[in-house]
Amino acid sequence: MSQLYDCRDAFAQALEEAARNDPRIVVVINDSLGSSKLKGFKAAFPQRLVNVGIAEQNMVGVAAGLANGGKVPFVSGASPFLTARALEQIKVDLAYSQANVKLCGMSSGLAYGELGPTHHSIEDLAWTRAIANLTVVVPADPLETAQAVHEAARLSGPFFLRISRMPVPQVHPADYRFRLGKASWLRQGSDITLIATGVMVARALEAAALLANDGIEAAVINMATIRPLDREAVVEAARRSGAIVTVEEHTIYGGLGGAVAEAVVTTYPVPMRILGVPGVFAPTGSPEYLLEHFGLTPAGIRAAALELLKARAEQ
Amino acid sequence: MTPDREDQLAALRKKANLLRQRDLVMIQRAGIGHIGGDFSALDILVTLYFAVLRVDPQHPDAPDRDRFILSKGHCAGALYNTIAEVGFFPTSELETFMKPLSRLNGHPDRTKVPGVEASTGPLGHGLPVGVGAALAARLDGAPWRTYVLTGDGELQEGSNWEAAMAAAHYGLDNLTVIVDRNRLQQGAPTEDTIRLEPLADKWRAFGWAVREVDGHDHAALLHMLQSESWEAGRPRCLIAYTHKGQGVSFMCDNVDWHHRVPTPEEAERALQELREAVHG
Repeated sequence: MSQLYDCRDAFAQALEEAARNDPRIVVVINDSLGSSKLKGFKAAFPQRLVNVGIAEQNMVGVAAGLANGGKVPFVSGASPFLTARALEQIKVDLAYSQANVKLCGMSSGLAYGELGPTHHSIEDLAWTRAIANLTVVVPADPLETAQAVHEAARLSGPFFLRISRMPVPQVHPADYRFRLGKASWLRQGSDITLIATGVMVARALEAAALLANDGIEAAVINMATIRPLDREAVVEAARRSGAIVTVEEHTIYGGLGGAVAEAVVTTYPVPMRILGVPGVFAPTGSPEYLLEHFGLTPAGIRAAALELLKARAEQ
Repeated sequence: MTPDREDQLAALRKKANLLRQRDLVMIQRAGIGHIGGDFSALDILVTLYFAVLRVDPQHPDAPDRDRFILSKGHCAGALYNTIAEVGFFPTSELETFMKPLSRLNGHPDRTKVPGVEASTGPLGHGLPVGVGAALAARLDGAPWRTYVLTGDGELQEGSNWEAAMAAAHYGLDNLTVIVDRNRLQQGAPTEDTIRLEPLADKWRAFGWAVREVDGHDHAALLHMLQSESWEAGRPRCLIAYTHKGQGVSFMCDNVDWHHRVPTPEEAERALQELREAVHG
């Protein structure tokens, strides 16, 4: 098995690098120093780390004010609380105001498995994706995470970076360059396309390998930018393969699947399957257990792809 | 009081009265607006913009400007009238207030209106943003100050108290919150809705330096806002006792005027009262 990484390490390291190059960068946290892995940042830049305590609405408002004062704040906290509790502040103080603030939703998706549905962040893409002006990015591996941090620091405007704590392998080659709003094609194939995001990208690649054993060539796309979505890549996938399966550790309503489906039905309609959490609160269990429970495994993705191809053949 | 000071205060009174008249005409023309809260806040806004804030309408984004944040965003009308008079945009544009495609939305938009520091509307947003701005100045060792005007009913939003805690923790004595204490919220008195008193004690308990003032007394407002007597290391809270609908007898302290639009007859009566007040 290939080496696994916690993307928070890449996040923290990249943020320190960015902060060394740009004195405007500050961090705002809600008592989340450890869970954001920012102890190193605090040691390197003690004056540039603002801990507002357990107060998410204030955290996002403070970041907007810091941006008004010329700073580039990175706001880091557990994604369920950052996005839900401060949603109006995200909409008004950041997105509507075009504030130069970078939200970093940690431990998103099902990463807090055992802690229960209060701590699962399986709606954050739907919430953030619905807000105008807000860029939404979900990196798939440590390389992409680091590059997304640097891109967020470089670009002016509100940005949401969704970061997991579930271990993932490196899915991109060392010379990969993340481009905002551009999907990356990790595998070519003309029978079906798997479009995945975040921690599911590696699993989609494994599913494609299983499908190859079945004689089915599946393309795999890493859709790291959820908004603005790479509609061209979606259309190309639809044209080339005629069938799309999306995979995310997020509710099936309003996330990657919703975004891709919106693009598909308005450009080049083809049959789709949307894999994710099917509109329920997840039970308690480890992240791996929950992914298994919802079929978000290589085997589960393979099964969905086969079912879709069978249904299409019968049409 | 020096003659200069007396002239300054007379000018502020005159300016506030003029802006009340313009605001009234603007709201009547638009057929929508929040006249009661506009009138309770106008003396505070005029004092800030014409005597306290270091802002330059020619350079609205100058890094060292003072920041003013209108947290009670529904009183955009009072802010627009004030900053137009300062010169951030032509006063003639007030005629477009809340008209289709006007940038003078019913709540201020920082991306469109020069001089607006924060897009507000939903209550309880201004103080957290003010805390962030004050922190930015602190980080840079910059001398500019941040002022936030909140409504009183709006203090029922918990986000204010999150921000109040943080401001005191960080010792932000470059931050001043002014509470427009008109004692009325949309539908009823604050004390009949969710009680705020003892309000000064609450701010003190949160670690703030607190002063109380007649929010329609320009001399008192100016004295407090320019005073050097505030405790060092504490954020400042100025509770300004005001009257909703101040300046017009039949609007004053009347909850109905939170967002009622005057009829032509009421508008004429109100304008008459305001004109007499400035000449009398």
